[in-house]
Amino acid sequence: MTSYHQITLKVNGETEVVNVPANMTMMVMLREELGLTGVKNGCAAGECGACTVLMNGEPVNSCMVLAAECDGAEVITIEGLSHNGQLIKLQEMLIAKGGVQCGFCTPGMLISAFALLKRNPDPSENEIREALIGNLCRCTGYVRIIDAVKASVEK
Amino acid sequence: MAVTDKMPELIGKSPLRVDVHGKVTGAAIYTDDIQFGKNLLYARVKRSPHPHALIKKIDTSKAEALPGVKVIVTGKDYPQRIGLYLKDKNIFATDRVRFVGEAVAGVAAVNEEIAEKACELIEVEYELLEPVFDSIYGASPDAPLIHPDMGDYEVANFIFPKPGTNISNHFKARKGDVDRAWKDCAAIVEKSFHIPQVQHVPIEPHIAIAKADDNGRVTLWASSQSPFAQRNLIAKTLGISESDMRVIAPYVGGGFGCKAGVTMEAMPVAIALKAKGHPVKMRFTREEEFYTNFVRQGLKIKLKVGCDKDGNLLAMENTMYWDGGASTEYGVNITRAGGYSSTGPFDIPNVKTDSMCVYTNHPIGGAYRGFGMSELHTGIGQVMDELAEKIGMDKVEFLKRNAIQGGDINVTGMKMHPIGLQECIDKVAKGINWGVKEKASSDNKLRGKGIAISWKAPAMPPNAGSSAFIEMNEDGTATVNVGGQEIGQGAFTVAAQIAAATIGLPMEDIRIAGPLDTQYSPYEWQTVASRLTWSMGNAVRFAAADARRKILEMVAEAWDEDVDDLDIINGIVVSYRSEKEMSLKNIVVYGIPKEDDQGWIGGPVVGQGSFMPSYVTGLDPETGQGPRAVVHYTTGAQGFDIEIDKDTGKIEILKAVTAFDVGRALNPELVKAQMEGGMMQGISSAIFEEIILEEGVMQNPSFVDYRIATTVDVPRVMETYFVEVPQDDGPFGARGIGEHPMTPTIAALGNAIYDATGIRLEGPPFLPEKVYLAMKDAGILD
Repeated sequence: MTSYHQITLKVNGETEVVNVPANMTMMVMLREELGLTGVKNGCAAGECGACTVLMNGEPVNSCMVLAAECDGAEVITIEGLSHNGQLIKLQEMLIAKGGVQCGFCTPGMLISAFALLKRNPDPSENEIREALIGNLCRCTGYVRIIDAVKASVEK
Repeated sequence: MAVTDKMPELIGKSPLRVDVHGKVTGAAIYTDDIQFGKNLLYARVKRSPHPHALIKKIDTSKAEALPGVKVIVTGKDYPQRIGLYLKDKNIFATDRVRFVGEAVAGVAAVNEEIAEKACELIEVEYELLEPVFDSIYGASPDAPLIHPDMGDYEVANFIFPKPGTNISNHFKARKGDVDRAWKDCAAIVEKSFHIPQVQHVPIEPHIAIAKADDNGRVTLWASSQSPFAQRNLIAKTLGISESDMRVIAPYVGGGFGCKAGVTMEAMPVAIALKAKGHPVKMRFTREEEFYTNFVRQGLKIKLKVGCDKDGNLLAMENTMYWDGGASTEYGVNITRAGGYSSTGPFDIPNVKTDSMCVYTNHPIGGAYRGFGMSELHTGIGQVMDELAEKIGMDKVEFLKRNAIQGGDINVTGMKMHPIGLQECIDKVAKGINWGVKEKASSDNKLRGKGIAISWKAPAMPPNAGSSAFIEMNEDGTATVNVGGQEIGQGAFTVAAQIAAATIGLPMEDIRIAGPLDTQYSPYEWQTVASRLTWSMGNAVRFAAADARRKILEMVAEAWDEDVDDLDIINGIVVSYRSEKEMSLKNIVVYGIPKEDDQGWIGGPVVGQGSFMPSYVTGLDPETGQGPRAVVHYTTGAQGFDIEIDKDTGKIEILKAVTAFDVGRALNPELVKAQMEGGMMQGISSAIFEEIILEEGVMQNPSFVDYRIATTVDVPRVMETYFVEVPQDDGPFGARGIGEHPMTPTIAALGNAIYDATGIRLEGPPFLPEKVYLAMKDAGILD
């Protein structure tokens, strides 16, 4: 039988206590135990980036992390980027530049871009492209997404 | 009152997308995000490991004994056939499997792990049959038959299967006399190309949940481009009445054609019918998405084209063998589209086309952005490039001289409507600085430029219809109800824009009703074929005009004025005669009180509109000739300036430029976004993508082994232009643009590679190793 672990973690600023099976991934925990369905399941193999979240400040493919490993972690998902309906600049610029189409890659893309700007507030275009290489998008051709990140740099 | 002819201010502006807030905050709901509670069962599929075999026996006893397994279904439970244009597919294989990955049985269990384990426990006994892996061989009399019963299948009246062969559709076009014309040609080029199968790769894999109730009603939640077509096809196949089958379709996380028609959605319904009361969820893994989902058909194309000494095209022979895969229920119409568009956007007096859809033991070919046009133009765009060179004419001049124009009679005998293709060619030629030979950035690089043109018509039944209705709300806003889907292209935004512009409301006063639900949403054939802006757009425009008329008639009666003196501006009814004003608030639901409390005028305002083209005619089965094969063509051009690394064979795109005649750009930024995304998908398919099949088994079913373009592959400079020659029956003159931007890409890149190296590859993907080895073989490396 699968063993269960009770873990305590902080998700988008709230403390959560969850009972998770040993083989459950963080992605499944976030989506199914905590109802954070903005975390998208695109491949469950760490290859598409749609499930990207911040774990202790670092972007991770949440499908490649076990839920049990999240004990004590601080996690930010797409649901935690904006506060009280106030979008962050990155979200506003993605809207303004037209970098959203089907929207399925958007949460992961935003988290990766957010992590980039936190560690490098003034990235070059190449650095933006490198930072988003793990977030696949089939709709936009990336052009407007890259533009949105550029436009989000606080000068 | 007729639909107003003046161009409203909102048309040609780019208001923000109506769906975007939810999409940047994670609030937007996709199918997998819907919660179904503890009653939910999870379905997995037992699949064939063989490309072609008879099913001798299926033993499900061990699987049934596994605790947690609720239902197992096989082809025995559902012998009926399903299909959009040709009913040649079973929900689960019955007596025979025809590709690796074909569904043999479905299991529903309390969780995915148990369902998966149960699939492993199902024992299937096969008798192997000789497979067919090549479309030309498949079309020959030597090939074993993959569908021996094809002659009994139900088929649409414009599809022509050849029973007793593997050819499930043979489209013929015969125009003029090619045999005589060859004699008059000063230059002739003959060339063959092979375009491999590729996968759609939406980031959201296929997912559907079905639930059957005791009263015989069925509900399907699906990531779907086609809730109405799914309702129709699944209901008919399973003996349910359409109105007892309900399809709910939330946002789609990428479609590109693979979520059109019915691909996997009938499976959870079939399982749910045996698990009454339980919702049954089937979610494809990424691996299944790659090797069991519909693919873009492969194509082997043989072309012969000739022109006179002045470079005027005289003749074309085009023979296409489409690798239709194990079922061609949707693919037969791709073959037809390839046939009636077989010249590309060229004016050619003598044409002989044979476009054949061939069954193979490969994955099923289905709709893919472009619907055959990327594959077709890969060949056409490159033979035209060679013919221009052979006759000694500048390639752009050759394209301009031979590009089809309004008034020309095309390959099927249809008179072309006005188009702006010449202007598109000019814009692209200018964009890539055509005619100027530019130096490579270093000695180990070769530089080249290439250009190609393309066309595409919406491929659909002649009577594909759209409808819409608009309900006015107490607060003066309007709720627009459509049946067309938002798959990322911006359909909801354009619907809102058309409604706002037509009624006279600001954009922010429009709400789009969603998710799509066949129980409430008005009918729409399918979200495919780049037809929504044009067809659904018309329905929305008529519905909005109907609502506007009802509002104005009510106010005219209340004010005792003439309707023609009234207007609605930003949600306020104004009279140009009396200069009276009245807000839409409240009156559009409660009506207007008559003077002195002597009763009321008006009532809740609902506008309705429908659109269906009525003028598309059939074509002669032997000649492919008829007055009007299609509703219209969107045409355009694309060009690339590239460098090829001599050490690695890697292609770097310095500049990518495209221009299309969209009739009227209702929302220019959305039009440009389609062009960028489409061009990038085209570049990805040209440079990276191929489903590698060995003995029918896909070798690269993951993102690691099947690479698609990422951020680092985006050209440094990308320019997009639109030209506006209005469509007579489009809303404000609009035509579609969703699919077209990727249709000339492979050819234009192929021409650029040729320009840089003198090498013409047989087909994509133009992988570095392929380009490098070809350069080495050609002796152009030092």
